[in-house]
Parts: sequence; C-alpha cells; structure tokens
Amino acid sequence: MDKVSTISGRAIPLGLKNVDTDVIIPAHWLKTVSREGLGKGAFETIRAAPGNPFDVEDFAGAPILIAGDNFGCGSSREHAAWAMLDMGLTAVIAPSFSDIFSGNAFKNGILAVELSQEQVDRLLEVAKEHPITIDLENQVVTTPFQDRFGFEIDPFRKHCLLNGLDEIGLTLERDETIETHEKQRAGSLPWLDAPRKHRREPA
Amino acid sequence: MASKPRTLYEKIWDAHVVERQDDGTCLVYIDRHLVHEVTSPQAFEALRLAGRKVRRPDLTLAVPDHNLPTTARKAPDGSRLPIEDKQSAAQLAALERNAPSFGIDYIDAVAPEQGIVHVVGPEQGFSLPGATIVCGDSHTAAHGGIGALAFGIGTSEVEHVLATQTLLLRPSRTMEVRVEGELGPGVTPKDLILHIIGVIGTAGGTGHVIEYRGKVFERMSVEGRLTVCNMSIEGGARAGLIAPDDVVFDYLKGRPYAPSGEAWGKAVAWWRSLATDPGASFDKSVVIDAADVEPTVSWGTSPEDVVAIGGSVPSPESFSDPSKQEAARKSLDYMGLAPGTPLEEVEVENIFIGSCTNSRIEDLRAAAEILKGRKKAANVRWAIAVPGSGLVKLQAEEEGLDRIFTEAGFEWREPGCSACLAMNPDKVPPGERCASTSNRNFVGRQGPGSRTHLLSPAMAAAAAVTGRLTDVRKLMSE
Repeated sequence: MDKVSTISGRAIPLGLKNVDTDVIIPAHWLKTVSREGLGKGAFETIRAAPGNPFDVEDFAGAPILIAGDNFGCGSSREHAAWAMLDMGLTAVIAPSFSDIFSGNAFKNGILAVELSQEQVDRLLEVAKEHPITIDLENQVVTTPFQDRFGFEIDPFRKHCLLNGLDEIGLTLERDETIETHEKQRAGSLPWLDAPRKHRREPA
Repeated sequence: MASKPRTLYEKIWDAHVVERQDDGTCLVYIDRHLVHEVTSPQAFEALRLAGRKVRRPDLTLAVPDHNLPTTARKAPDGSRLPIEDKQSAAQLAALERNAPSFGIDYIDAVAPEQGIVHVVGPEQGFSLPGATIVCGDSHTAAHGGIGALAFGIGTSEVEHVLATQTLLLRPSRTMEVRVEGELGPGVTPKDLILHIIGVIGTAGGTGHVIEYRGKVFERMSVEGRLTVCNMSIEGGARAGLIAPDDVVFDYLKGRPYAPSGEAWGKAVAWWRSLATDPGASFDKSVVIDAADVEPTVSWGTSPEDVVAIGGSVPSPESFSDPSKQEAARKSLDYMGLAPGTPLEEVEVENIFIGSCTNSRIEDLRAAAEILKGRKKAANVRWAIAVPGSGLVKLQAEEEGLDRIFTEAGFEWREPGCSACLAMNPDKVPPGERCASTSNRNFVGRQGPGSRTHLLSPAMAAAAAVTGRLTDVRKLMSE
C-alpha cells in the first residue's frame, strides 16, 4: 500500500445520504477478475443525469468526495473502493460510513473521514469554489478560510496508512501466535478442525 | 468465581481472539471461509503474485452463485452448457481453477450441492454455531441464524483470511432487538425483518452486532432465522445472530460437514453455553411489539422504506428530516409512485422468488401454498422461482412444488443469486416493477431502471396471482 499523509485538492460536493454500493459501482461491472478500469462505471446512475457534480469541469481529477450519512451502505464489494480510486478519488468526507465500506476504503488507502453534519455542510459550501486539505498526521480538515475540523481515526489504521504497511505481511509475522491459538482451539473446540471433506473433483 | 455476564456475541468473540494489540485492535481467528466467484479472483491473484499459500484450505469452501445463469446447465446428453457472457464465464473459470490449485473444496456449477453460498453453508453443515464465518458478501450475516458470528468482508480481507485464517478487527458494540409477543397469521420472518429495518433505519445497526431475542425467534425455524439475520446488514449491522438451540442442533445433525460421534456431543454442550447470560448488558436496545408487524412491503429505494400492505405510499412531507424528505421525493420519482396510493393498487409485471434471503424449502412451500390451483395474473409478464440450492430444488421437486409453480405460470430455475442483483441474465427491465423476495431495493439493483418491492415469498405469490401488491391473508382465507 502507498503511504498516505496529506490529501489536498478539489472536493466533489455530492452531499447525498445513503449512497449505496450499487450506486458507487453497479453489479454488472463486477464481472471482472481485475481491480483496474472500474472508474468508467463509478457512480454510473448519478453520472447519467446532466449537470451532475462528477461531470462539472472544475472537479475533473478531484481527489476528495463529500457525501451524506451512511456512505457505502449495502454490499461488501471492494469494487466500490477500486472504482473510486480508478477515478482518482483518494478520500471521502461524510457524517458516517458503513462498516464494510470504511474497511475496504482503508485497505486501499482511501481516507474515510467522519465529520459532523454541520461541518460537512460547511465543506459542501466551500467545495463549490475552493480546495480542501485533509491532514492525516494531525487529523484535521482545513479550508483556505478559518475552518479547522479535527477528526477521529482508528490509531492502527492511521499507523498503517502513514507508513504504507501491508496488513497481511504484518499478520504473517504473527504466525507463531496464530499457530498457538490453533493448537489451543484443536484441544478445546476440536470439531472446528478438518470438517469432513466434501468433493475435491468436480463431478 | 462469578465472571461478568456476557452476551452471545461477546462469548464467541472472546473464544476467537488470537491476540489483542495495545490500541484495541484484535487478531481474530476465522473458523469458516466461504468463497464465491465475484469477490475472490483478485484475492487469489494477489496471493499468487506474493507467493503466498492458503493457510487453512480445510476451513475454506468455494461455490459459484452470483453470475451463474439460472437456465439449464447441462445439455440433454449430460454435457455442460457454456456460459454465453464471456466475462461471467471467465470469472467462473477463475474460481474453478483457483480452488483446486490452492487445495480448497469446490462445489462446481452442476453439482447437486451447488447453490447460493449462504444457503449452502448451513445446508452442508459447514456453517456451525459459535463459529466465526466470513465470505466476500455482505449477506454472510445470514449464518447468524444458526448462532454463528458471521459477516461480510471485502476482497482485501478475503485475501487476508486466505493467507492467515485471521482478520484484524475491533470489537463491535452490541445491540439487542427484542421482539415481544407473537406474530399474527400470515406474518412471516421476512415481514418481521422488514419491519425491524423500518424501525431502526439502514444505519441503525452501524458499528453494532445485533442479537435478535424473544420467544418469536425461539419458535422460528432455522430457515426463518436465516432470513432475519440475512438482512441485518440492511439495518447497518455487519452481523446479526440468534442464540443456538435444539431447533438448530436438530437441523445440523447429520449434515455432511457437521461434527459427528463424540465430537457432536462436545460441540452441542459448548453451543448451549453460548446463550447470553442473564444480566448481560447491550450497548443499545430496541423493543418491537410483534403485534405491530403486518405483512410488509417496500415502497422506495432503501430497505428502510417499508409500510404495512394495508397502508399507502407515504408523502415526502410526512418525514420530519428534510434530507429524508428529499430522498423520499427522489425514491418516489424513481419508483413511479404517487403519495397516497394504496399499496394494494400497485400493479407488478415481474415476480422473483429466490435469493439468499428467501430461497429455502420453507420459502418455496409458503409461496406454493398460495399458488396451488391458481394462475399468475395476465399482467404478470415474468415470474420465476429460483431455489437456493440444488438440494432445495430436489426436495421441492419431491414435494411436487415445481409443478405448482409451473402450472401457475412460473419458470422453475436452477439455483443461483438470479434476479437479486442484475449481474447474470435474470434482470427486471427499465421502468417495470418486481415483487421480489430479495433483500435490496436500491436504484438499479435488479437492472437499470428496475423498480423493486421487497416482500415475503407468500406475498410474492399473492402478487403473482392478483397482478398487484396484495395482502396475502386475503388469499389465505379464501
């Protein structure tokens, strides 16, 4: 994962609540075996409408999206995060996120920043004309004006993002600890191991 | 020593924590990993690139379901028919290649055990009470119906579980949804969960694991419990669960992957000990009166947009929250509905009985009971019944349910996710309505421009017969 520290630039003022994963990337785009190229399908239904914020020239290449409550609700498809990355988005600001989406965003180095509705409303206003900056190290969102909005982030996630750490690599280093747990589990909950084999070969 | 009373969730969580970091993040062991064709190819590819193996192939089971067409899979000579859509075929071929090359059990597309991953898991006894179960699909919450801690994960987490059999997680907050009283006649588990989501909202369970409690659930079949827990994610909760009891144990006993012999007895003893302790507290509690639950349908484009079948399409002004008013206006515009229209006057052209929410034998029986001796209305253009697995299909055929469906004008399909999510050929055309037993009524969910009304299998059957949304109780008393 690439290191993430400060994200600065234009922010697309979408503002919608309950932006679900079928809106972020409809299912027909999911028939791929790759993570690439999904930007074309990102927000397809919203972008079909003339005058939608994604297609305003000022926001071309904008790294930040501003949305309403419960962003990313619905499916577990990580394609939603991949599609956003592919269209150049590396941060989303919203009053709340679905649990699965915020996890998927983090694994792909997309910052999911939670601010209050009032702060989000202010940023939606500023974003129309001006850039926004998200400083992960100091956990603060700023505008060219006096705005300074602090945000919370899971300390482990922050650490991984700032240092570009590979979570799987980190966990693999805990191999011995995992093995110890597996041995204990084999003693206390033995039926959880080696469920009877089904079929190895296709019929 | 008296330890602090714990909830069902806390007991399962505690038994699976491998290690707790200082910052509160926990490394959690995963007992069962279900894999399907859509969210796994990128994970397998990444493992291959990094030269990593699957740590516990024995705890992993793969089955295709999402983009598999539900039309005939075998030619009359028994040979496998090709899948026309090239991308779908490639995705399926990837799973067929990846599973054996990483040593994972694979149920192929023409095996009688094939089906929707969330139907297959419990049916095969692969999903067990007290286990941690994950799958790259948000409806993994379903397995909570047998008392497992089950939740959906993204592809990076699929890769993490394949490589390490663990996940890095923070404990969730706990939420109790307690239902008091009994459900009335004609009111099903699907109506109950739609009603619950209407009460708590689609973000009501965010950050929480829900435990469904009350006599209603104790009396509910395993199929019904799976339906309820399945839609926990529609209420924002990554997982929902119900305490495992004899109903669950009787259901699991003798299934292919379930423990047997001495191990069975030990397992049952542990499973019994998992129920929430008296005096354990929840971070959040919601009480629902079962008497308030009517056969329920959705009117909008969010699963929280539900109303009792006897009601009317709400007016956007009836919501106090201005942003909800705006969302309701958009929903009604998309759905082509006018405020004040009685739900029972809404005509439907399509009927879908299926999906991981409602495709088990009990669901098909409930629909068939309404359809028996009746035919779909003339305005119903397309009606399909899609069993959740090959075994459900066989069982239904043994009971003669397939003939009831086909005589009523339904198509009887092969198992798969089908019209729930518009990534296989089963789609609802733009502007048309579908009375659907699935779980999401999002914009475009069943196809671009499709209009979904979520409801129970019996209610879907009633809509098929009358050609409009209908209170199934009226057909039951006839």
